[in-house]
Amino acid sequence: MNIPQELKYTKDHEWVKIDGNVATIGVTDFAQGELGDIVYVEVETVGETMEQEEVFGTVEAVKTVSDLFSPLSGEILEFNETLEDTPEKVNTDPYGEGWMVKIQIADESQIEGLMSPEAYKELIGG
Amino acid sequence: MKKIALHDIHTSLNAKMVPFAGFNMPVSYEGVNIEHENVRKAVGVFDVSHMGEFLISGENALDLIQKVCSNDASKLVDGKAQYSCMPNEDGGIVDDLIVYRINAEKYLLVVNASNIEKDWNWIAQHNTMEATMKDLSDDYSLLAIQGPKAAEAMQSLTDINLSEMKFYTFEVAEFAGVKNVIISVTGYTGSGGFEIYFKNEEAETIWTKVMEAGADFGIKPIGLAARDTLRLEMGYCLYGNDIDDTTSPIEAGLGWITKFSKDFVNAEALKKEKEEGAKRKLIAFELDERGIPRQGYDIVDENGKIIGVVTSGTMSPSLDKGIGMGYIPTEIAKSKEKIFIQIRKKAVPASLVKLPFYKG
Repeated sequence: MNIPQELKYTKDHEWVKIDGNVATIGVTDFAQGELGDIVYVEVETVGETMEQEEVFGTVEAVKTVSDLFSPLSGEILEFNETLEDTPEKVNTDPYGEGWMVKIQIADESQIEGLMSPEAYKELIGG
Repeated sequence: MKKIALHDIHTSLNAKMVPFAGFNMPVSYEGVNIEHENVRKAVGVFDVSHMGEFLISGENALDLIQKVCSNDASKLVDGKAQYSCMPNEDGGIVDDLIVYRINAEKYLLVVNASNIEKDWNWIAQHNTMEATMKDLSDDYSLLAIQGPKAAEAMQSLTDINLSEMKFYTFEVAEFAGVKNVIISVTGYTGSGGFEIYFKNEEAETIWTKVMEAGADFGIKPIGLAARDTLRLEMGYCLYGNDIDDTTSPIEAGLGWITKFSKDFVNAEALKKEKEEGAKRKLIAFELDERGIPRQGYDIVDENGKIIGVVTSGTMSPSLDKGIGMGYIPTEIAKSKEKIFIQIRKKAVPASLVKLPFYKG
């Protein structure tokens, strides 16, 4: 199972990359494997300010649908619009081209509460 | 949790295993879309050994089957199979099944895994004519080898001419060096192929030979997830979704397997329902916009009023659009061409269509 060292994680199987005061968000390799073939990524919250844990979108796979939870509070700056046409990138490259949104971090103290790669690995029984 | 005979082979193939009807079953291997397409274009093999098999025998075997089943099993001849259902006394369905006539006094009933106990008790309760009943479910494995290349791919394993066998017929023959295998021209995919029944102890041998024989034809193992998308593209009912203890065969569009030429459980009420017309109807729809309908979603009209519920829904891998089935009042089904599926906050427009969704 691929769990990059440089990222932070959540119990909802999302990864967070911190870059100054902007966080890039996606779902983990484990999550895409559990979801199976992804058909749509729906994010209609660009420009909105999310509370931590609030639903910012949904991901629809052939067999299941899953909410996407904001790992941090802040404004949704950008949605990866290439996923509109090629949602399968979430399956093939979850940590790269399959990224989903960028968030303007509102409260940096929340970063500390995210999971380390080791803790996430333990969560998924790896 | 019960274990199917080929459990370890599936895990060695990296199958994702999920609990289903008391068994750990392979739900996918490479991914549902790839597996789906492999069956539509070439051939795939499904392990559906969780299904139940009952042997009904003796001189009154046919009487018992006629009593509990809606279809007319007296039309069967040796080597012929029939799709049927068992109505309950309250207008619903106990289960749907396939009836195989081995000979005039020996029939095999293949039932859904989740209903094995319920079906057994139901049939036993109606067995006043004392036919002999035997539950073979724990002893037999079942592989479905499905796809346009199935006959060609499996031909090296048997002397029976597979491509000449007719739909819903079967042979008991040697297959992959194993004697007394039931080779049946049935399936749940709409892409042709076979279902083969054999004893658990032969499962590994047969699996290995099927994969070897199919290798040149691109055979792949296929999970239950693709089985569901394949059957839904054909509009085949799934027990527990589209039919259950509360849905009648008439409203489910199973009038064609409900024959009033003979008596059976609840025949009178079903006949009346057929004559008067069912109040609701299982309909098929395609979404006009993007989205995926799923079981349990509300069906609404243009004013947002709930008119029914989705019983099965998926993204059709072949059509690349959302498809589904669900019950709505018959009068609405007759008068409207558009309905709406409530997907979270959005009512997505959908068109009523004729089955099958996938026309090959």
